[in-house]
Amino acid sequence: MQILQYFINGISIGAVYAIIALGYTMVYGIAKMLNFAHGDIIMVGAYISFCVTNYLGLPAIVSVVISMAVCTVLGIVIEGLAYKPLRGAPSLAVLITAIGVSYFLQNAAQLIWSSSAKNFTSIVTFAPIRLFDGKLVVTGEVLVTVLVSVVVMFALTWFTGSTRTGKAMRAVSEDQDAAQLMGINVNRTISTTFAIGSALAAVAGVLLCSTVPTLQPTTGSMPGIRAFTAAVLGGIGSIPGAMLGGILIGIIETFAKAYISTQFSDAVVFSVLIIILLVKPAGLLGKQVQEKV
Amino acid sequence: MKKVFAMLLAAVMVAALFAGCGAGSADANTIKIGMTGPLTGDAAIYGTAVKNGIEIAVAEINEKAKAEGGLKIEFKAEDDEADGEKAVSGYNVLKDWGMQVFIGTVTSGACNAVAPGAVADQMFLLTPSASSAEVAMAGASTFQMCFTDPNQGASAAEVISLNWADATIGVIYDSSDDYSSGLYEGFKAKAGELGLNVVCETSFTKDTKSDLSTQVTQCKDAGADLVFLPIYYTEASQILTYANKIGYAPTFFGCDGMDGILGVEGFNTALAEGLALMTPFDANATNEATQSFVAKYMENNNGQVPNQFAADAYDCVYAVYKACVAAGIDGKTPAVDACAALVKQFGSMTFDGLTGSGMTWDANGMISKAPAAVVIENGIYVPMG
Repeated sequence: MQILQYFINGISIGAVYAIIALGYTMVYGIAKMLNFAHGDIIMVGAYISFCVTNYLGLPAIVSVVISMAVCTVLGIVIEGLAYKPLRGAPSLAVLITAIGVSYFLQNAAQLIWSSSAKNFTSIVTFAPIRLFDGKLVVTGEVLVTVLVSVVVMFALTWFTGSTRTGKAMRAVSEDQDAAQLMGINVNRTISTTFAIGSALAAVAGVLLCSTVPTLQPTTGSMPGIRAFTAAVLGGIGSIPGAMLGGILIGIIETFAKAYISTQFSDAVVFSVLIIILLVKPAGLLGKQVQEKV
Repeated sequence: MKKVFAMLLAAVMVAALFAGCGAGSADANTIKIGMTGPLTGDAAIYGTAVKNGIEIAVAEINEKAKAEGGLKIEFKAEDDEADGEKAVSGYNVLKDWGMQVFIGTVTSGACNAVAPGAVADQMFLLTPSASSAEVAMAGASTFQMCFTDPNQGASAAEVISLNWADATIGVIYDSSDDYSSGLYEGFKAKAGELGLNVVCETSFTKDTKSDLSTQVTQCKDAGADLVFLPIYYTEASQILTYANKIGYAPTFFGCDGMDGILGVEGFNTALAEGLALMTPFDANATNEATQSFVAKYMENNNGQVPNQFAADAYDCVYAVYKACVAAGIDGKTPAVDACAALVKQFGSMTFDGLTGSGMTWDANGMISKAPAAVVIENGIYVPMG
């Protein structure tokens, strides 16, 4: 019974990692850049939702929509101001800029909302399901998070596979110059990618804080790093891979905490990552790309 | 162009000369007290509380000195972001400014970095809140206003054995944090001595504290009916929320880091009902000194209720002030002489403040004051009988 409870706990946090990882992988797959500020957009999303429900008294679902809208705009603005001018620059410059944006968002959040932690009120209102005399508890958050992450995964797969914009994104991801020659507006496509990634981040932020209620300016950074690991584990750029990686990291982490040591859980998680990357360098579901020289 | 530049440079140098003069001619009637603490960053809530607490005490003292004559205080704070290196550079900035007494730092990690230098400089150091044992043990001139962690952990074990002798106890602590581990070590040693039934000991680290569901489940599975939480309230509020979600309702018992949990925005305070904690300061206390302090603090800080960090800081200023007056220290006393005199005073004086009465310090600089435990009932602290 105990093992089942840990399994559910693992899926619960894993599904949150999965949604964050979907955002990472989406932006990396198409814009070929690691947006390290993704974790902080999550934090902003959670704060917006917190403010809308607690200060304006609007229902939770409205707060999610507003938070998605704000994060979408934020994502586009960040992309336009910080990343677009560096389109031709070496990837290292863009990476450092992303880290800078991450710090900027954290400090701005601290100025606006102060550093003291807030307790996020879960958007899931229905009671947890208790099985076997309360020995096994499945919280509403687990169900909602898993459901949302699966829906998002399928929606993204369909979007990139079947819509015009999605096809344009894949074309940009394959070869930016060739895509431009074929009449695709590369800048707009990348902006759209950021918009979608940031809207996802808002959803991830709300679900993360519903699962783990502590909300402070640094809330997004550790889950962001874990989710990045998850995206790499699943094969960065691959949408189902991000999902699989997220769930796996969540379960491995929880089991490592429960049965090995709460101190070494990270060491276990990252050892698994190293072993998997040794065997499959492109990640579990990643494509092995042959570099032609 | 060159000439203008040269003139400008000369002007700046002359100005600097005068600035130097200002700093050099210390006012005999004003002692200089410096502080470093995290005014920005993760731990900013503690640093700003300490700074605000100090400012209230300084304002009170200066107002009184203006009216009745007497020693005044000039105060300056530097930001250290709870980082050792930044704390050392902040301390050096303050030393150059002419600081005579150092109140700080706020966090244990940073204080451990500053303390050896302060001891070598013979700068008197009184920390409001850096509670690790190492701070007090750093030298003869380092003192604490707060409880030393292992001592507080041991008192927690005593309070638990008095009130919940038969409890099966679970412990969740932060192994990456000096404060939490110190409390845990002190608790563990005393719990063994008292024969408490500890059934589950689990921990988390700075990097894994974003999800504590496993630790709560471990305590639940071990059948703990009292969970000791020697951690800060931010993580504690997360633990309480999750425990409630899975229908686990043991008695929770915290230390002074738990103080502030009722002020967490968005936290359902009903979950904290019955939570017991050790705290030297209760903002709801009815004595005049506390009420006046709380009123001033709230007025200065948009209605924010002061926590024990602010109260400890306030006491620090008054303790230092009392000792300075008793020892005849003034603005002209070099820091080294002030240090020797203050060490002597702190070794012998008894001090009454917001966080306790009849406080004394031992030769290591650790404080001795009565530990007070409270229980949260109907959203306020009620002293435990």
